[in-house]
Amino acid sequence: MKLEELEQIAESVRLENAKFDHEVNVCMGTGCLSQHSDRLKEALTAEVAASGKQVLVRRTGCMGLCAAGPLVLVDPEEILYQHVNATHAHDVVASLGGEPFADLQCDLREHFDQQVHVVLENSGHIDPERIEDYIARDGYLALVKILADMEPNDVIKEITESGLRGRGGGGYPTGLKWGTVAKAVGDIKYVICNGDEGDPGAFMDRSVLESDPQRVLEGMAIAAYAVGASKGYIYVRAEYPLAVQRLQACLRDARRRGLLGNNICNTPFSFDVEIRLGAGAFVCGEETALIASIEGKRGQPKPRPPYPAVSGLWGKPTLINNVETFANIAAILRMGAKKFAEIGTGKSKGTKVFALTGKITNTGLVEVPMGMKLRQIIEGIGGGVPDGHKFKPVQTGGPSGGCIPEELLDIEVSYESLIQAGSMMGSGGMIVMDDTSCMVNVARFFVEFCKTESCGKCIPCRAGTAQMHTILTRICSGEGTMTDLDLLVDLGGTIKETSLCGLGMSAPNPVLSTLRYFKNEYIEHIVNKRCPAGVCNMEAPAAVAKQLEVLA
Amino acid sequence: MPAFTPPPLPSDDKRWKIVNGTMRKNGFARHALIETLHTVQSSFVYLDDDSIRFVARSLRVPLSQAYGVVTFYHYFSLKPPGKHTMTICTGTACYIKGTDKLVAEAEKRLGIPQGQTTKDGKISLMTARCVGACGRAPVVLADGEVNGLMTGEQMLEQLERWAVE
Repeated sequence: MKLEELEQIAESVRLENAKFDHEVNVCMGTGCLSQHSDRLKEALTAEVAASGKQVLVRRTGCMGLCAAGPLVLVDPEEILYQHVNATHAHDVVASLGGEPFADLQCDLREHFDQQVHVVLENSGHIDPERIEDYIARDGYLALVKILADMEPNDVIKEITESGLRGRGGGGYPTGLKWGTVAKAVGDIKYVICNGDEGDPGAFMDRSVLESDPQRVLEGMAIAAYAVGASKGYIYVRAEYPLAVQRLQACLRDARRRGLLGNNICNTPFSFDVEIRLGAGAFVCGEETALIASIEGKRGQPKPRPPYPAVSGLWGKPTLINNVETFANIAAILRMGAKKFAEIGTGKSKGTKVFALTGKITNTGLVEVPMGMKLRQIIEGIGGGVPDGHKFKPVQTGGPSGGCIPEELLDIEVSYESLIQAGSMMGSGGMIVMDDTSCMVNVARFFVEFCKTESCGKCIPCRAGTAQMHTILTRICSGEGTMTDLDLLVDLGGTIKETSLCGLGMSAPNPVLSTLRYFKNEYIEHIVNKRCPAGVCNMEAPAAVAKQLEVLA
Repeated sequence: MPAFTPPPLPSDDKRWKIVNGTMRKNGFARHALIETLHTVQSSFVYLDDDSIRFVARSLRVPLSQAYGVVTFYHYFSLKPPGKHTMTICTGTACYIKGTDKLVAEAEKRLGIPQGQTTKDGKISLMTARCVGACGRAPVVLADGEVNGLMTGEQMLEQLERWAVE
């Protein structure tokens, strides 16, 4: 594959698309598919054939606004229809070339105009299983160019200058990580893409893998070239069958086009990727646990150092990055590090994709520049809390993060500011809660999650989360005492400081952050035996709590 | 050292050939354990003692290690599921929108706790930690099919339909 060939493919796709007067893009991500957008697409195709119009009906990935699905985007007019089903196919096709079909048209300029799409630039515009569509939107341009003109070190320099940081949650500078792997001694090195999106309430990686999988492959190939690896693994959750299926199709296409495999673009660089399925363990999102899982073992983390960059998969130097991190790479190399670094704040560059869910009007996927205020994301893009309820907190970072109350909504979204607020960036789940959610109950939910997901290797995490759960259950059933609160803080501190891996180190965060901002709710439960949100059942038999204590 | 010969297939069930195929593709390497178990589960729906023994012997993995892996990961099931499976998502977004109530209603209707199958073997009640369709919360999977914005009535209707089948 040479640059000219790439341009040829892009040109032929453009020529083909130019034959059509309109493009009707039908969202076929998991969200819209669950509402039978596949039948909708068939109906649209049939209608188009019957009408004789020159229209391309295209399957695309997620358009972001899952709450209003199934979504249909008509190009070039850029008209977005919401809640479309197969019975509307006739009206939608009939309106092409004339006035838009007003019944279904949605005007969400406020939702879309404030977003900056880097990672999601192709989502909703290309057929995820057609590599040609991706190439027509400058796909693989970065890979082919760097293979021809750039030394691996220059690629790492460019990524370092862009200021990109790991999007999996930790925020480790990506360039630095690549540099360490590149310098590590060893003839065999590996690149792993972490798609084990275990954080309940987050679906950014699923969406990227379903909508624009080639982008992740290109990022991985560039990383492999930069660090000197020749083999890659994508670790995806088995719960995401559609993402796996699309990835498999993409791998086939990329190999067929010579963009993966031996001697890519007639250079000495060879790289191939294998898919590994997760099997439902949250802890496998931790890098050493994920590596153990790829090796076919129980997903238990190991103490670091040695870091995977030095001794990872099968003891070889291994680069491991998140799906979203890899999805940024090609865009950075195409636009240049400087331009990318212009987006965002001092220490957090670029954009971040968030999965906006919970009690919010526009649930779905949003991509915003770092530094945007939380309030703007929730009230502007998200459309605020529906049904006249009152906003309470927003939960970021999943079971490792914390709840941010209303008075802190004016902080900017960046790695540092979220940690300062007692939460963390995490992989990008953002769950909005209103006055019908009980903070103690939510804290208990997360601790229960960490308790069941703890791998059991280290004691602070295994026994500590169980004890925390017992105490919180006690408070929720109206049997807590004020000393329980001190105990929670003390225990939380111990778990945080002494656990082996990130799961344990961050497991107390939901408890500590709700204790920090919503202490009065805890006190209300203990002193007045009353749940302000009306969620906890205070008459629950005491035996339940006792039973749990025995188990712990 | 004599070359390793994998054990014979447990029976002439064609599905064992699929399982064997996965192992052969990976050169009977030990690290193919999870991949192979995935294949067993997708072919046989669940993992029984015989299949775990067969895979462990074929890959030369100690049986304890194979069993350890099977029990570590939630995705693997050691019990046969019912004819139909209702999986309720209990991820954070669904929880905030009240799936705990859905679970309680389903448990009450079926008379079994989550994770079990009704005595007549018709319906299994499962919970999942996030299926990634949070935009449509609360979500249930009826025989694997994602159903969003679920209400208690809709779910009970589905259970009724299955129960009278």
